[in-house]
Amino acid sequence: MNESALAARGINKRFGSLVVAADVDLTLPPGARYALIGPNGAGKTTLINLMTGMLRPDNGQILLGGEDVTALAPEDRVRRGLARTYQINSLFPHLTALESVTLAVCERRRVAQTWWRRLIAYRDEIDEAHQILGALMLDAVCHRPARELAYGQQRLLEIALALASRPKVLLLDEPAAGVPRDESNELFAAIAGLSRDITVLFIEHDMELVFRFAARVIVMVGGSILLEGTPAEIAADPQVRAVYLGKAPRGLRNG
Amino acid sequence: MTNATIVGPRDYLQAQMRWRWGEIAFWLATLLPFIVTPNYLLLASQVAIAALFVLSLDLILGFAGIVSLGHAAYFGIGAYTAGLISKWGEPLTGLLIAALAAGVFGYLTSFIVARFRHLPLIMITLGIGLLLQEAANSASWLTGGFDGLQGIRTWPIAGRFRFDLYGYTAYGYALAALFVIFLGARRLIHSPFGLALRGIRDNSQRMRAIGASTHSHIRTIYTIAAMIAGIAGAILAQSTETVSLEVLGFQRSADVLVMLILGGTGQLYGGLLGAIVYMVARDQFSGLNPQYWYFWIGLLLIAVVVVLPNGLLGGLALLKRRSKAAS
Repeated sequence: MNESALAARGINKRFGSLVVAADVDLTLPPGARYALIGPNGAGKTTLINLMTGMLRPDNGQILLGGEDVTALAPEDRVRRGLARTYQINSLFPHLTALESVTLAVCERRRVAQTWWRRLIAYRDEIDEAHQILGALMLDAVCHRPARELAYGQQRLLEIALALASRPKVLLLDEPAAGVPRDESNELFAAIAGLSRDITVLFIEHDMELVFRFAARVIVMVGGSILLEGTPAEIAADPQVRAVYLGKAPRGLRNG
Repeated sequence: MTNATIVGPRDYLQAQMRWRWGEIAFWLATLLPFIVTPNYLLLASQVAIAALFVLSLDLILGFAGIVSLGHAAYFGIGAYTAGLISKWGEPLTGLLIAALAAGVFGYLTSFIVARFRHLPLIMITLGIGLLLQEAANSASWLTGGFDGLQGIRTWPIAGRFRFDLYGYTAYGYALAALFVIFLGARRLIHSPFGLALRGIRDNSQRMRAIGASTHSHIRTIYTIAAMIAGIAGAILAQSTETVSLEVLGFQRSADVLVMLILGGTGQLYGGLLGAIVYMVARDQFSGLNPQYWYFWIGLLLIAVVVVLPNGLLGGLALLKRRSKAAS
């Protein structure tokens, strides 16, 4: 338990009378490939918001690489290696893919405050951005504004932006949301191909993808963690079947 | 190997920042008033000052998405500072001191400005503007209050160029300042910082998620813009040798916003074009009564916003693309 890339300790969060996180304990060991599942409204995205600092927990601690980051602003957590993507595309619509990722690289290298040197003088930054886009098969469209990219490409750009911050821990909020089935397989193959130095937690509704790409699965219901286990354990668990799997084949559940 | 890798990722970016013929033609054309319309050099100097002021607003509004209705505050500080110190020294030094004064006030206020967006931000900037105007009004021992600043005497620039009645010096001075600062602004928007500003305008939430300190970016650009506005105000004070409360007024803040939106935000040249159209039109219509003049400006503003979302400059670009497609 000592060695964790990211951990939540006794996290509570409520909005008025609505409890969105109740005593959440969670540990991601380095290099983990974990899935976070649960019905809509279970608090999965809220948990990501709490861990990345977009929301402040009422109490509890967030530990990043053993360091307490509970009081840090989101951007400071990113600089310490905690990156995320969004369920609904949150890109820079008017920036090209290359500009977007170059911007993220420049921010990481702390050169984004420089206003007296031209951007093209930053060859390493641009080349690194181009390389990240290439690894996600976006290099051919790297000069298109983000808003003009195909939807699937925008999903990949979400991941490219997160990777540009060289994360140690990457939280993916439904990376394949809205992507057709065959493309979502490709997208997850790209995620599976990420360096083992990166610890990954992803939210996903498609159980086939979860069972294929996650080494362990965490089930959330009503703001608390119901269960954690291997895909086989999760699939066999009667409780999970009752609240989640049983009600909808393939785990696609709405409302 | 795809096309993009053969061309290279940097070539496209390089092409984006290259000087275009239209730009060179524009700056050459700014010299025309000296030859073609020497009777209008005073007006030309007013246009250049307005253009510089608009440029400073474009940097915060057009590039970083910071809407301001109180930008005259920094213009006014520059004007009063330059006016107050005019007797003691040479105008170029006065310009720097005025920029510094406006910059200091810009930096202090940027801490509030950086924390807000949208409507609250408009109200805060409006409040800063009103506050400063009333402060200047009540501090009449320093500013001359309602009567305006008295006894401004501008030294010849660099000890050589005296401000003349026809405006040769005034226009030359304002144009030189505009050009030099424009070069700086152009460099800025093509820098990593310029890219970060566009990122803030597009999606400031995502900027935080890539580890950007958006507040510190906003503080920097707001301070820079305040300095440029201060320089514009200082040139006005030095070339006209008058400073009244009007330099801090809400009307001036509104006018500069109108010029920028008319011309087109976030394109640098849009604001310049807007300043030219606005100032020349106002001069031509000045025989009519002032209300009547604002009637036309109101109409033009609505028409531009409805029909040309990228302003007059955006409209010109559209025409150019259409004619290219047709030929």
